[in-house]
Amino acid sequence: MSKTKLFAGFIFLEAAVLAALYIGSVSRVQLKEPEMALKRRMVRVMKLTDVAFWTEARYTRHPSQADFFAPFQDFPSSVDHFPAGSIAPPLQIHGAR
Amino acid sequence: MKGNGRIIEYALSTLARRKFKNFSVAAVFSVLIAVLSSILFLTHAYKTETLKLLDNSPAIILQNMSGGRHELIPTEYIKTLSGIAGVGQIAPRYWGYYYDSLTSANYTLMAVDEGMQDVKLIEGRMPQTDTECAVGRGVADLRQAGLKDDFFLITGAEQSVNLKIVGIFTANSAILTNDLVVMTKDGLVKFFNMPADRATDITIEVNNPAEVSMVARKIRHAFPNSRPILKSELIRTYDNIFNWRGGIVLTMFFGAIAAFMIFVWDKATGINAQERQEIGILKAIGWETSDVLTLKFWEGAVVAICSFFTGLILAYVHVFYFNAQFLAPVLKGWSVLFPRFEPMPYIDIYQIFVLFFLTVVPYVAAGVVPSWKAAISDPDVVMR
Repeated sequence: MSKTKLFAGFIFLEAAVLAALYIGSVSRVQLKEPEMALKRRMVRVMKLTDVAFWTEARYTRHPSQADFFAPFQDFPSSVDHFPAGSIAPPLQIHGAR
Repeated sequence: MKGNGRIIEYALSTLARRKFKNFSVAAVFSVLIAVLSSILFLTHAYKTETLKLLDNSPAIILQNMSGGRHELIPTEYIKTLSGIAGVGQIAPRYWGYYYDSLTSANYTLMAVDEGMQDVKLIEGRMPQTDTECAVGRGVADLRQAGLKDDFFLITGAEQSVNLKIVGIFTANSAILTNDLVVMTKDGLVKFFNMPADRATDITIEVNNPAEVSMVARKIRHAFPNSRPILKSELIRTYDNIFNWRGGIVLTMFFGAIAAFMIFVWDKATGINAQERQEIGILKAIGWETSDVLTLKFWEGAVVAICSFFTGLILAYVHVFYFNAQFLAPVLKGWSVLFPRFEPMPYIDIYQIFVLFFLTVVPYVAAGVVPSWKAAISDPDVVMR
């Protein structure tokens, strides 16, 4: 078999795998939709405002509810303690440059 | 030269002659694409899921501020709030944090209210008396506790409170409930020793979503010490957090991009003597400049496209089948309680196209440009 055919076959195979993964992801999302609906209902009923990813500090557990100066709340000029803190960029303060 | 097919055949033979070098390049390229795609897939999946969920949060959360910090809010505010035009349902929320020295974990304690009784994602039920509680899967696993087991908490006065676990939130709701301990309102108020006329904050629904900012302004006017947090702010906060511009993800992204750019720069700044001589010979035996460029295009495209597809497949399998094993420790940070990593496979095709144009196109161009310089020179000069 020529190298071109081998290459075309390999690319076709990879494209087919990618297409299958994409179709799989769409159907997986659709299959999980009833579960998502229950979670959305949970958020509404329990009046939740944040996700429970990072529980090490108040401002990482509830970033949306934290003080305005959240990353430095423990004491003035303190450095950020937790790796999760670096994932949350500082708030844009109006007028600040 | 005759047809693209033969040029591709020749390009593949050229690549095969230097198989070790080209295979190494393809492997590095694939890993780079896999790392970048993993970051994009993971952050996009979690961002999409989080934003879809939090879109159902209350329209406004009203906090009381004292000394620039969050303070318990008087429940008597509700009477004034209900008089503001456009305001819908108002409810106080009772919640707080608890550091468990036994497990070194932080829990979020929350009071149950009537509407919560029909929450479906729970084994067992919600608490109905002051001696009962429902806990998140993470809390149950950490304490090695099951349904009907006892659950101890220590109050500020060093007295232990003994609760019976009557419900455990299911693992698939862990993204919302992993660290929760849900108690009755009276039980929680007593536990935190909160004054009877105070709540942690107040949630406010607004009948017309277009009037939310107007209602928030009226609330600020009525209670200057308060801080209304709008749902749009909440969504923006999470949009920022998961945005790949943020912190560690950004660093990883630019680290990988920088490595790739150096690699491409090294390639673009010149071709080696052997490749130059090869181009000269091809020109001497009658190849056109366009044929040489097509050849170099295919040499680059074969490596780049194979690596791009391989990298994407590796990233997808890593993130959505192996739950991002390599990225998880970075994202988990210092949390003792972290929900099981099971990202929903939300894929953004636009991100994949952007990644393609940022990686494959420069790589192919980096192979073609120096070859073009050599191909337009006199073969005799090039071969010397």
